[in-house]
Order: sequence, then C-alpha cells, then structure tokens
Amino acid sequence: MSPAKAPAKPVRILLAKVGLDGHDRGVKVVARALRDAGYEVIYTGLRQTPEMVVDAALQEDAQVIGLSLHSGAHMTLFPAVVSELKKKNATDIIVFGGGIIPDDDVEELKKQGVAELFTPGTPLQDIVEWLRKRFPSS
Amino acid sequence: MRALARAITMVERRDAEVRELQQALRDRVQTPYVVGFTGAPGTGKSTLVDALVALLRKRERSVAVIATDPNSPFTGGAILGDRIRMQRHALDPKVFIRSMGARGHLGGLSLAAREAIRLLGAFGFDPVILETVGVGQSELEVAAVADTTVVVLTPNLGDGVQMIKAGILEIADIFVVNKADLEGHQRVATELRSMLSLAPKSQDKAWKQPIVATSATRQEGIEELWAAIESHRKHREAGGKAKAQAEQRLKDETAEVVAEIARQRAREALADGGVLAERLREDGTPYEVAEEILRLLRGPRELTP
Repeated sequence: MSPAKAPAKPVRILLAKVGLDGHDRGVKVVARALRDAGYEVIYTGLRQTPEMVVDAALQEDAQVIGLSLHSGAHMTLFPAVVSELKKKNATDIIVFGGGIIPDDDVEELKKQGVAELFTPGTPLQDIVEWLRKRFPSS
Repeated sequence: MRALARAITMVERRDAEVRELQQALRDRVQTPYVVGFTGAPGTGKSTLVDALVALLRKRERSVAVIATDPNSPFTGGAILGDRIRMQRHALDPKVFIRSMGARGHLGGLSLAAREAIRLLGAFGFDPVILETVGVGQSELEVAAVADTTVVVLTPNLGDGVQMIKAGILEIADIFVVNKADLEGHQRVATELRSMLSLAPKSQDKAWKQPIVATSATRQEGIEELWAAIESHRKHREAGGKAKAQAEQRLKDETAEVVAEIARQRAREALADGGVLAERLREDGTPYEVAEEILRLLRGPRELTP
C-alpha cells in the first residue's frame, strides 16, 4: 500500500476541553476520527480557559476550534470563546461544540455564533461530513 | 501574532509567496539560536521543553517552540499534542508555540522548519526550540537544522544495545537522561558513558558530549541542561564551527529549494492526460521521461514553485 497523497493544504483544527471538566474520552475519539479523515488536529488538553483556547488557535493558525464539554457550563463557556474571537478580530475561525447539550441550548448557542453542535450518539462520520462541507478542498 | 502564525502556515504549505516574504524579511532577520530535542515517544521531551521554557522566561528571554508530531502516511492527518505539556505558558506573549506535522512537506520538514525559524527570529524570538519524535529519520532532519541537538533518553527503554543503534550517538551534542527520579537512571548514564568512551562518535571531535540528568516534572537539572547548551554554543562559536556550518547549511537549503522547484515542475509535467504521462505508461520505466523533464526544466520558462 503506497502512502496516499496528503492534502497540500491540510485544514488545522484545534480541539480543547474548556472549564472544569475532566471527561476527555469523547474529545479523544473525535480527535482520532478527524486525524483519520486527514485533518491536522491540535489537541490542547484539559481545563482550558476561553482565552487560552483562542490564543492557541491564533498561534497555531487553526481554521476551526472544536470545544468539548460535559460539565453543563456550555451556555457560559462556548459563547465566551466566540466573544474572545471577536475581541481578537478572528471571527473567521469557525467554532463547533460537542457534549451533553439540550436541544433548546443548541438553538441558543447557534444564535450566539457557534456554527454547529454535536450531541451524544452523533456518528463520527457526521462531524467529518460537516467539515467537508465547510472546507470542500480538504 | 496572527501575522506570524499565518506566515508560518505559508511556509508549511510551501505557498509561492514564501519567497517574497523571505526576501522582504532578509534585512530584519537575526537568526535565532536553534536547540533541537529528540528522543523516543514518552521520554518526556515536551515536559522537558516546557521546563526549559520556564527557565528561559525567568531569564527574560523570548522563546519559540516548534513541536512536531508525525502525520499519518496514509491520510496525511495528524494529532499534534505537544501543547498539552506546555499549558502554563499559554497567554504569555513572549512564548510562541507552534505544532507542525512532520510529514507531508514536499521539501521535507527541514525546509519548512528552517523558514519558520527565520520568521520567528524576525519577530524577536530567540532561542527557538525544535522538538521532534524520534520515530524514523525525522530526528536527522532536526540535527540538520539545530545548532545544538539534545537527545533525550530515560530508564527502561531497553538494554545498552539500543543505544549503539545508528543515529543516536552521532547526532547528539548533549545527552539528557530524563526521569532521573526513576530507578535505573544511573545505569543508563553509565552504559551511555561506556559507549561513548569506546568510540567517541560525535562528529565534532573536540566536543565531549555531556550527559545531563534531569527530572523535568520536578524542574530538576534544567539549569544544568541550559548551561550545557550554552557551553556547546560557545564551543561552536569559538572554533569557527558555527560559521562553517551556517555556510554549509545555506548550500544544503539551496539544493533543497532547487529540488522542491524541480519536483513541482516534474509533477506538473506528468499531469494526467499529458503527453509525458502517456509516454511514461508506454515506457514503464522512469528514466527516459525523466531525461525529457530535465530538458524541459532547462527551458526558458520562469521557475516558479
């Protein structure tokens, strides 16, 4: 099997766990799936503040930020990342989220600028397909 | 900061604008000192780099880290996880950390890394720390870019024979035995010392490779490590080695740029549906078509990567 040709311009995705939440199984599974779909995944680990996440995304020149949260603080922390991006003039960076998020909150978060939310039970392929639609060349 | 981050993306992607960028920066560039860290997965390289960054920040240096992790050879995808160990430097504007996939660079990692280092230097970061996993040959590329190469070992990596395998002894300017809080680190140092005394393999005969014991998680031995790096830097500069090496590297880099342009032109020439692609299918071997492409390369078209 010969090595497949790597995309010349791989999409860089920063994955982070924000807030006080040590449940990182989900984010690691997603990281692996995105890796296997050919993306460059930068995983920054647990207990990040919105400022840390945005700062890292800027240094890494990531096009996408993926947030994982199971602590219930998504209504505070997800919009905080979006507003930190606004503060840094970096609203071109797309934010998506995942975790235990009720349907009503999903609608509200989308209104506040989170591009998409993936709740428990989402097939990994759905996340990959969503990214492929956002970045057709990848 | 975003400008710097974007510029590094450009050199990684090998965008055509890279050359203009490098030309524009030429006068601003103060080439930073480059310290390379390599070693097997799990030896504590990222933690060690994190500890060294902390020390350098105490001494008010601006530090950049380029941390490489391997890409999948099949999908090109990668998980770049070195930042996890360096979280305490988040939000410090004098620390710039960039993760880089080690594969999938057309011109090899070293070309992208070298240009990224130059950019970081232009933005005032000095030294630059280049970290790479020793899984294959990318550690050799690090040695080709770094001014001082640090090879990280730990206890329980295997017996003494592992140490005399090609590459490890030759590329190191400094050895670190990390995890010195674990049992067995003395034995690693002893075995290493005896290997080195049997046949000094350092390419620089006048330099005796020091062995530094560290415990990165406890921030122990880091001052000694930095002292060893500094003394290697002075050794290189005093012996005129630094200058000679810089000249040699510029030659190597030029050859790599030529290879990159040629490779790109060759791929264009061999595009599906073209005459040469057809001939290649008929011939079944690359040599005649390669000659043809080389003739095309000598042609008048301006060379654009």
